[in-house]
Amino acid sequence: MNINLTLISQMIAFAVFVAFCMKYVWPPIMKALDERATKIAEGLAAAERGQQEQEIGRQKALEEMKAAKEKAAEIVAQAQKRYNEVMDEAKRDAQGEADRIRNAAHAEIEQETNRAREELRERMATLAVAAAEKVLEKEVDASAHKALLDSFAKQL
Amino acid sequence: MATAELTASDYIQHHLTNLTLGWLPDKGLVFAHNAEEAAAMGFWALHVDSLLWSIGLGVLFLIGFRKVADSVTAGVPGKAQNFIEWIIDFVNENVRGSFSAKNDMVAPLALTIFAWVFLMNLMDLVPVDLIPWAFGQFMGLFGADPHHVFMRVVPTTDPNITFGMAIAVFFLVLYYSVKIKGVGGFVGELTLHPFGKFGLPANLILEGISLLSKPLSLSLRLFGNMYAGEMIFILIALMYGHNIVLSLGGGALQLAWAIFHILIITLQAFIFMVLTIVYLDMAHQTDH
Repeated sequence: MNINLTLISQMIAFAVFVAFCMKYVWPPIMKALDERATKIAEGLAAAERGQQEQEIGRQKALEEMKAAKEKAAEIVAQAQKRYNEVMDEAKRDAQGEADRIRNAAHAEIEQETNRAREELRERMATLAVAAAEKVLEKEVDASAHKALLDSFAKQL
Repeated sequence: MATAELTASDYIQHHLTNLTLGWLPDKGLVFAHNAEEAAAMGFWALHVDSLLWSIGLGVLFLIGFRKVADSVTAGVPGKAQNFIEWIIDFVNENVRGSFSAKNDMVAPLALTIFAWVFLMNLMDLVPVDLIPWAFGQFMGLFGADPHHVFMRVVPTTDPNITFGMAIAVFFLVLYYSVKIKGVGGFVGELTLHPFGKFGLPANLILEGISLLSKPLSLSLRLFGNMYAGEMIFILIALMYGHNIVLSLGGGALQLAWAIFHILIITLQAFIFMVLTIVYLDMAHQTDH
C-alpha cells in the first residue's frame, strides 16, 4: 500500500504502451475498417446502379420492341398497299391485253371473211363462166368478156 | 495451505503485501521480508509483482492486437480479427460519442486503457491463493521462506498502478488544456468561473478541487473497487480449511462473487476509459 517508484514506472509503461498502440495497432486496424466500409458502400452503390441500369435496359428493350412492332405493321401496310397496286395494274394490263387480243381477233375474222368472200366471188365468176360456156356450148373468150364477167361477179 | 499455522490477519496481511524490491540501510538492495520492511524502503522501492503483471499483461494486449493488425484485411475477417474489430469498434464508438475535438491520440489511448485495465482486473478471477502459493513454493526451491515471499497478482489493487495511470491521464489533461486554451485561457478557466473576477479565490478553490478530483476519482474508483473485490475473495478463501460446510459455502460464495466480479472488472475498465475520454474532451473545450 506504499506509494513508491512503482507509480512512476507504471506511468512510463503506460506512455510506452499508448505510443505503441497509437503507432502500430490502431491505425492499421482502423484503416482496414474504413476500407471495408468504403468497399461495402461501393458495392451497395454498384448494386443500386446495376438495378437502375437493368430498369433502363428493360425500358429500352420495351421501346425497341414497340418500335419494331410499329415498323412491322407499317411494312405490312405498305406491302398490302403495294399488293393492291400491283393487282390493279395487273388487272388493267390483263384487261388491255384481252381487249387487244379481241380486237386483233375481230380484225383477223373480218379479214378472213373478206378474203373468203373475195374467193367465193372469184369462184362464182369462174363457175359462172363455166356455166355460161356450157350454156353457149362454145368457149367464151375469157379475155374478151372479162369486163362483163367482172361486173357480173360484182353483182353476186 | 499457508493458513494452518497463521492467523487470519496474518493471512490477509500476507495477501496485501507486495513483492517489494528496495534499499534497506542495514541490508542493501533486497526484497522486503515483511510489510514493515516494505514500508521502511520508502519511495525508492519497486513493487516487482505489480509491475511485472501489469507490464506483462500490457505486452500481452499489444502482442495480441499487433498480431491482428499485422495481418489485417479489409476483406472477410478471420475470427481473431473479428474479435479485435469488435473491441476497436466499441472503443471507437465511445470516443466518437464523447470526444468532439480532433485528436488522433485519444482513441488508441482509450483502447489501451480499456484493454489493459480489463486484463489487469481479470487477474482477480484467478483463484486468490493459486499464483502466490505457486510462487512461494517456487521461491522455496531457492531457499526462501514461502511465508515471506509476497505476490499480488492483480495490479489494479495496487494504488501505485491506478495512480500511475490516472496521473498520466491528468498530465495529458493539463497538457491539452494549456495547448488548446493557452496558459491564459487555462488560468482564466480556473479563476474566473463560476463567480466572475471578484470571486477569484473562491473560483480558484472550486475549480482547483474539481480539477484535482479528476485523477483522484479516476484512480481511487478503480483501486477501491478492485481492492474491495480482492479483499472479499481473500475473506471467502478464509472459509476454506475449517470444516466441510464452511468450505462448500465458501466455494458457492466464491463462484457467485466471481461471476458478479466479471461485471465489475469490465465496468471498471469501461468507466476508466470513458472518464479519460470525457476529461480529455473537457480539456479540448474552448467555450467555457
